[in-house]
Amino acid sequence: MSWFTKEKTGVEKSDGNKVKVPEGMWIKCQGCSETVLGKDVAANLQVCPKCGYHYRISARKRLEALLDGGTWQEFDADVTSVDFLEFKDAKSYQDRIDVALSKGGSKDAVICVEGAIEEMPVQVSCFDFSFMGGSMGSVVGEKITRSIERGLEKNQPVIIISASGGARMQESILSLMQMAKTSAALAKLKQAGIPFVSLLTDPTTGGVTASFAMLGDVNIAEPKALIGFAGPRVIEQTIRQKLPEGFQRAEYLLDHGMIDAIIPRTEMRPKLASILKMLHHSAA
Amino acid sequence: MAAPFYLEFEKPIVELEKKIEELNALASSGLDISADVNALEGRVEKMRADIFSNLSRWQTAQVARHINRPFTLDYINYMFTEFVELHGDRNFGDDHAIVGGLARFNDQPVMVIGHQKGRDTKEKVYRNFGMPNPEGYRKALRLMQMAEQFKLPVITFVDTPGAYPGIGAEERGQAEAIARNLREMASLRTPIIVCITGEGGSGGALAIAVGDKILMLEHSVYAVISPEGCAAILWSDGTKGAQAAEALKPTAKDIIKLGVIDEIIKEPVGGAHRDHEATAMAMKEAIARNLAELNKLSGDELVESRYKKFRAMTRCAE
Repeated sequence: MSWFTKEKTGVEKSDGNKVKVPEGMWIKCQGCSETVLGKDVAANLQVCPKCGYHYRISARKRLEALLDGGTWQEFDADVTSVDFLEFKDAKSYQDRIDVALSKGGSKDAVICVEGAIEEMPVQVSCFDFSFMGGSMGSVVGEKITRSIERGLEKNQPVIIISASGGARMQESILSLMQMAKTSAALAKLKQAGIPFVSLLTDPTTGGVTASFAMLGDVNIAEPKALIGFAGPRVIEQTIRQKLPEGFQRAEYLLDHGMIDAIIPRTEMRPKLASILKMLHHSAA
Repeated sequence: MAAPFYLEFEKPIVELEKKIEELNALASSGLDISADVNALEGRVEKMRADIFSNLSRWQTAQVARHINRPFTLDYINYMFTEFVELHGDRNFGDDHAIVGGLARFNDQPVMVIGHQKGRDTKEKVYRNFGMPNPEGYRKALRLMQMAEQFKLPVITFVDTPGAYPGIGAEERGQAEAIARNLREMASLRTPIIVCITGEGGSGGALAIAVGDKILMLEHSVYAVISPEGCAAILWSDGTKGAQAAEALKPTAKDIIKLGVIDEIIKEPVGGAHRDHEATAMAMKEAIARNLAELNKLSGDELVESRYKKFRAMTRCAE
């Protein structure tokens, strides 16, 4: 690649209220309201060094932090979505796909890689929330299913790191079927006795929660991550009452027995390694 | 059947029917107008056939939700014998939005499970408008696993606006309950026949709809979200349901092209709500035919072909 066509990374837009922290500036932390240096937050995997508030982190940064040597082999990177229903609201689905692709990042909402965590080979699928809100259509379902099948074939643990608004409406019934397809692949993995760890990050809702994300042999969440089936607004409109404090946050789910543990991002790698090595001891 | 209820586009039919009734009343007073009555009856039949063979997707969604459409217990009544309802998830409670139990289908013992809606206000509330809580899905799973244990085929009826979005549902793990059913149904070593009979509302429908054969009534819908829900999100206007229905393409004709369902079951002219028994008999024939085929397969064969079926549900470019 010649120098003048070098890829540029544009200004990162905020995703909801958990903005990505610009480096080299002082910011007021959303968790503790203290003034912290943006680059200190970035160096700490987008976690406030003072209060532990977890900002959102990009999929690739997360994988770098998680996998040995910050390296991996990526699979199916060029699989892209098709507007097979010619779905149109204010914009056509094809336009939305084109806009998302033009950002030059991932080509759909999940990155599937093979790498190692403390020398244990693993298959990891990591959602990229910046691509259409991490929504799951055919591409996401297909790539995750292939990742599970690779784990099955190679006898390697499977990790899925979710961050998703749920099923992708523009693919209607076929996006719904991705829930069945991925869950069916997990049934095979379970029967083969290969571990599956689901890591739920902010936010994980809808059809992603109601399929693989809740099916981990071990379900782990990041602190304060929003995790639920129905979105908070839908619930509020249905029941017409205020939602309880902390509703659908990781701590709330832990209290209600829905997840195994909450682990801060900065401790994730060694903890995951430890869990996987104990579960997958026969392969070590 | 419950009180009559007509959809907007059924009204021209209803008006003609009223005229026929009036003429019949006259006829009973001695006038010979049978020719007129016959002509009108012919017109009504033609109008009904025309209207129902050209329903828009939004109209189809309304037929699918018709208050007099047959519900699971109606089908059970017409198609099965010796139904014994089995209750409860053994953990929390009994969900009235899902019914299930043992029954005989053409003498073969089976497990039948389905969403259940209500017709009058009291029953609607009792059935939670056909929207299950986690314990409903867990009851369904318990019954399916019992079916596997005793080598009984599973027949499910799908008709729900969706899984209930409530505080308790979230606290008791609505997402986990649905997800578990998807995984366990994929590996159930007994035949599963799914009938989409009304509204196939997203994950709440899919949680009892992973099967070897997926049959769908002609005027049912099945989609990732309701038209209104979709409109509220994409158009920021919940009243744009008609447009959203067109975009979602949720009808049987639409989705059979995607390989998501295996067969469309014709409804009586004018919709299933006009003739419950005829609808049930058409479905019974389809179920019997598919069940005979599945009865020949071993548990392993069923699981493998079911996996392949769902594995193929993909549209992407590479």
